[in-house]
Amino acid sequence: MKPLESKAPTAAAPTSPEPDHACMINVENLDFYYGQSQALKNINLRVPAQKVTAFIGPSGCGKSTLLRCFNRMNDMVDIARIGNGRISVHGVDIHQEDVDVIALRRQVGMVFQKSNPFPKSIYENITYGLQIQGVNNRRILDEVVEKSLRAAALWDEVKDRLHASGMGLSGGQQQRLCIARAIAVEPSIILMDEPCSALDPIATSKVEELIQQLKGKYTIVIVTHNMQQAARISDFTAFFYMGELIEYDRTGRIFTSPACKQTEDYVTGRFG
Amino acid sequence: MERGAFLFFGAATYFILLCATVIFGIIIVRGSATVFKTTPPFVNWTFLTHAPETLYVFDYEGRHYELGDKEFRQFKEERHAGDIPAESYAHSAGGIWPCIVGTAQLVIGSMAIALFIGICAAIYLNEYSRQGRAVHFIRLAILNLAGVPSIVFGLFGLGLFVHFMPMLDSFRSDAALSVPLGFHHWLNFRGWGVCLLSGWFTLAFMAVPVVITASEESLKAVPRGFREASLALGATKWQSIRTNVLPYALPGMLTSAILGIARVAGETAPIMFTAAYVMRDQQSGGGLFSSMFQGVMALPYHIYVVSSKIPQNQYTERVQYGAAFVFLLLVMGIAFASIFLRIKMRNRYRW
Repeated sequence: MKPLESKAPTAAAPTSPEPDHACMINVENLDFYYGQSQALKNINLRVPAQKVTAFIGPSGCGKSTLLRCFNRMNDMVDIARIGNGRISVHGVDIHQEDVDVIALRRQVGMVFQKSNPFPKSIYENITYGLQIQGVNNRRILDEVVEKSLRAAALWDEVKDRLHASGMGLSGGQQQRLCIARAIAVEPSIILMDEPCSALDPIATSKVEELIQQLKGKYTIVIVTHNMQQAARISDFTAFFYMGELIEYDRTGRIFTSPACKQTEDYVTGRFG
Repeated sequence: MERGAFLFFGAATYFILLCATVIFGIIIVRGSATVFKTTPPFVNWTFLTHAPETLYVFDYEGRHYELGDKEFRQFKEERHAGDIPAESYAHSAGGIWPCIVGTAQLVIGSMAIALFIGICAAIYLNEYSRQGRAVHFIRLAILNLAGVPSIVFGLFGLGLFVHFMPMLDSFRSDAALSVPLGFHHWLNFRGWGVCLLSGWFTLAFMAVPVVITASEESLKAVPRGFREASLALGATKWQSIRTNVLPYALPGMLTSAILGIARVAGETAPIMFTAAYVMRDQQSGGGLFSSMFQGVMALPYHIYVVSSKIPQNQYTERVQYGAAFVFLLLVMGIAFASIFLRIKMRNRYRW
């Protein structure tokens, strides 16, 4: 991947709450369709590097769709297509024909709503991403497993049963295993699609803590339905409604003095 | 009224049970009379391990004899009797060993071909293809293929494999299309003839719809999350399928496919034109390659022959029931093996 191009932001707010900050993902005039129905309308958004950016909004507002554009997961959906606009990651337009999707996905890791460890051992779960790249050196793999599990705050809980099945862990542990698995391939961005929606409060707080620890090193974009969660862990928050980006600002401002009426109604729980 | 409906539906259901019991009962009772015997070693090994022979029934010096072909000749030689007048009954002596072997050969070969083609097609349809008009037509074709009467498959096999498929020869065929390859070799489109290979492909084409359907079901049962997770980690599509879809789908694929193939293996029509011989004294020989181009005896066809192609009497009856019984056991064996396999393999992966 090419290093970040430094160029001036194309539009003022709400495109970027922090125009000076290094931008990791740059979405410009994005229109996105599922078949005939438009899921995203003219989205302009800059995700700052090494920060946590939260996408909030009611179900079906397009926040997950946008997230899945960042690592081209929407390629799996036959009818999905980009109508207009571009998304650049590290300054590279990722929807060009010649973009190496595999390399992109190594750069942009993803954690899913439903924890989905492979029915393999914890060790094999972590090393999967490296093994498909052809890394088979036992020493390197051992190192990566320990490093990733430590980074995901899971090492102490599982170090004695690395070769037990990942499916045997609790829900919260499974989700942290998925985060560790994503970290193992050393991405620069981690996308999280409602990672805590299936977890109990204690497991949730552990994952949230983990996100706080990770943000110094990774750029994190998290989709969440939980507004308290967005308020707690994110630096920036984007509010989506009906496929449009309504407001994008520092999290503190979104939750205390939003510019739009709709945002205020949503974050105060009046609709959504 | 309520009671009437209850009785009516109940009766219909129990009628099926009754039919099944009668069918299995008769085959088991009368078949075991052939396969088992009351004196040690309690199993009629001759029936299981010998080739069919003609049965000779005659009276000689006041005693009644029922002897197979070989025994009859030996009998005559030992006694230097010239010509003993005897009634002969085809296929009624000896056993069904060549049919068991032939059926096994047919099943194994066609299973391999059907699994290979079927699993590849299922992977393509379920993982790679875009769901559109073309795929819709492919599915329709597969569905229709499953509904084609087996005799039509037999004719298809006869036309394509037996009479048309090319053979590599060192002579030029005058009767068939001949493509010169140089170095004194020709590709002659004279067909493979009645042989294992023709039977394999005919049976495989019959089994393919079942295999595709079963394999697709198994692929669909693998959670989407596994595919997404491995793709998101930078796996290529094939890597993700190979490492995180196929291993979990394979047990289901294999077992349901084997069940389907066990059914197809019982078909008579597809092999009667393509692979089955009425009578064959020796096993096919000369190595795997050579035996692929030879016909075999097969249980379902043998049952058909002894039940309808030769004069019926009390002597042919024991072969009929014996063969049917053994065949039933074989098919049940395959079914149980596949269920056992499924249980064993399923325990390996849980999610």
